Parts: sequence; C-alpha cells; structure tokens
Amino acid sequence: MVAKQEHIFQALSHVMDPEIPTLSVIDLGMITDVITSNDGVTVKLLPTFVACPATSVIKSNIKETLEKAGIRNVEVLLEDSIAWSSDRVTEHGRKLLTDFGLGAPVQIDGVLDNVQVEAATCPHCGSANTTLKSFFGSTLCRSIHFCNDCHQGFERFKPL
Amino acid sequence: MSEAIKELLYKIADSELVIGHRGSEWTGLGPILEEDIAFSSIAQDQLGHALANYTILNTEFGEATPDALAYTRKETDYKCCQFVELPIGEYDFSLMRHFLFDHSESLRYEMLMSSSFGPLAALAKKIKGELKYHILHADLWIQKLGNGTEESHARMQTALNEAMPYALGIFEPGKYEEELISSGVFAGEKKLQELWLERITNVLDKAHLSMPDISKIEPKFGGRNGFHTEYLQPMLDELSEVYNFEPTATW
Repeated sequence: MVAKQEHIFQALSHVMDPEIPTLSVIDLGMITDVITSNDGVTVKLLPTFVACPATSVIKSNIKETLEKAGIRNVEVLLEDSIAWSSDRVTEHGRKLLTDFGLGAPVQIDGVLDNVQVEAATCPHCGSANTTLKSFFGSTLCRSIHFCNDCHQGFERFKPL
Repeated sequence: MSEAIKELLYKIADSELVIGHRGSEWTGLGPILEEDIAFSSIAQDQLGHALANYTILNTEFGEATPDALAYTRKETDYKCCQFVELPIGEYDFSLMRHFLFDHSESLRYEMLMSSSFGPLAALAKKIKGELKYHILHADLWIQKLGNGTEESHARMQTALNEAMPYALGIFEPGKYEEELISSGVFAGEKKLQELWLERITNVLDKAHLSMPDISKIEPKFGGRNGFHTEYLQPMLDELSEVYNFEPTATW
C-alpha cells in the first residue's frame, strides 16, 4: 500500500529542530520532496547551516517518527542541489519563533545585505528600534541583539 | 581532470580543517564573551565546510571517508597553506589572520559559484551566506581596533606586517593551475589574489592600517605541496588523538 502524502506531512510536522524545539522541519522549510511508492517513502531533507550539528539528529528523528506513524521503509536523503535560505521559514514558523522568544529573520530575497544582518524586530515588545550586539550567538543560526525600547537583550534567527 | 579537481578540494578542505581547529583553541579563552563565541562559531562553520569538501572527495572521487581523510593522513599529504598552521598567538594576530584568510575563502567560494564542476558550485552557493557573517565580523573588528587607541592600532599594524608573507602563501599555485582555469573549474590563484588585494586594501584603508609593500615580500610557499611548518604535526597529533585511540569506534 502506498502511504498517503497527507499522513506523511502530518507526521513530519512533529519532527522538531533539537535547537528550537517548537519549530518543525516543515516550519523551517527543510523538506523539499516526499516521494511515495509501493516500496516505501523517500523524504528529501535540505540542511540549514552547512555545519549544523542537528542535521544528523533530525535525519534519524524523521525516520523514527514516520515509522512510529506506521509508515514503512523510510529513507531520508540530503538535498544538496539547492541551498537553504531563511526565506524558506514559513509564516507559521516565524510566529512560533517569536513566541519562543527569538526574533524572526527578515526576508532576503536571494542576497543577504548588511542592513538585513542588523535589522531585527524585538520578539518581546515588537519594536524595530534595536541594535546588533554580536553576529554570533548560542547556536550557528542565531545572532545577539538589544532592544532600545524595552531594554532587553534577545537572540534572533539569522537571515541567510 | 579529476586529479586537478581533487587537489583543489584538498587545498580547500585541509585549510578549513586546520584554521577551524586553530579557531576552536579560542573557545573559553576569548578576550570577551562575544568574541569567544564568534571564534568558536566561525571554527564550527569551517569544520563543517571542510567536512563538505571531504564528502565531495569521498562521493565523487572514491577517496577515503571524511573522518579518515581528516584524521589519518600523513603530514605531507595535507595541502593547507602554512598560514593556517601558525599558533593562535595573541588575539591581534588571530583576528588579523581571520580577516586575511576569510576574505580569501569568501572570494574563492564566490569564484566557485560559477564552477563547471557542479558539486563545488552547489556547495559554494550554500556557503556564501555563512561567510558573509565571518567577513562582517572580521571587517568590524579590524576597523574598531585599527581606529581604536594608539596601542590597538600599533598591535594590528604589527600583526598585519607579520601575517602578510604567510597570507600571500594562500595563493601558492599548484601544478594543475592551467587545467583548472581552461576547464572552467576555478579561475586560479593569481586571479583570486588580485581580487583579495582589492578587498582587503579597501578595509585596511578604512582602518588606517598601512598595507605592506608586497612586491618586497617573499610569500611563504610550500604548504600547498605538502611542505609544512613545525606547528602542523603537533596540531594534527592533538586533532586526531581521540580518533586514533579507537579508529573503528562508531560515534
């Protein structure tokens, strides 16, 4: 029996990023294709940052989660023909990031410029009057900022 | 052709592995917390980029696994430039090396985005955005310290003067240079150096640091052909210590 796409995507929405546990691989725009056949299911996974240590964990979590959902013969392949961009994070994902306390990345439309690197919206009060404190944060995908209105520091998911 | 591409991949991967390890030596020791995190994050990126290049060597050319390539080769098999092997020294030297090396790396990948060798072109496009953060970080601090106090300016100038002969060694031509250029794989080290000089001079001017007269400097060549400084072997011993304790272990 061929597994249903809807069923697979439903299961994938429960595979979370280990570093931002409220965001799923779907929210992050990491799934580029799901191929179903009589033999099983192939999921194509697009890694975010090249050195992200979570990639291998996510890969095995996908397999485990889908198998628990009753989907058999799951294969997860890494997509290397295209590059991931933070523009792939869904609207829902951006809202989850803010709820989690992380600033959401701005849209870069292909080319990352200096203004986009610095411009962050405070996840606590929504102010855009913020200052970049450090290009690097507690994980590869975060930078550190300070809100000049509510006077709190915050981390932001980097635009890439 | 495959020998030429392999050599290019080794040059990139080995330099990223070694500079990444050196960068990681700042973990816990950075002059301020943000810089500790910056050097550690950049190091993590570089090890990831080394892994990506070793992976291409493994999957496209049948070379050994990435771990075996990183941990088990002889010193003379490494194709890194000597610049990345030097100890981290004081923060001024490490920062200057980060600035000089990462600009070369960023430009190299920019050039490779149009490479006729597909896997490298795809990787270059992936890495482009990450390197942007490295460059912004390097440029910011070179300018802050170049335009800071008399002492910070003097220390950055000294670091620049000491680093330059080694930095020029990044662009040591290999024996496949012509082949790489004519086949459209890579536009060559000479072209890269030209672009690099233009980029770094622009930032150094803003930092009020004087570019040494490079026509009078003899570049420190050798690394790309397996001739290394006394610092590489002890670093490789340390880097591979855990792996070699039990090479067949599964992590």
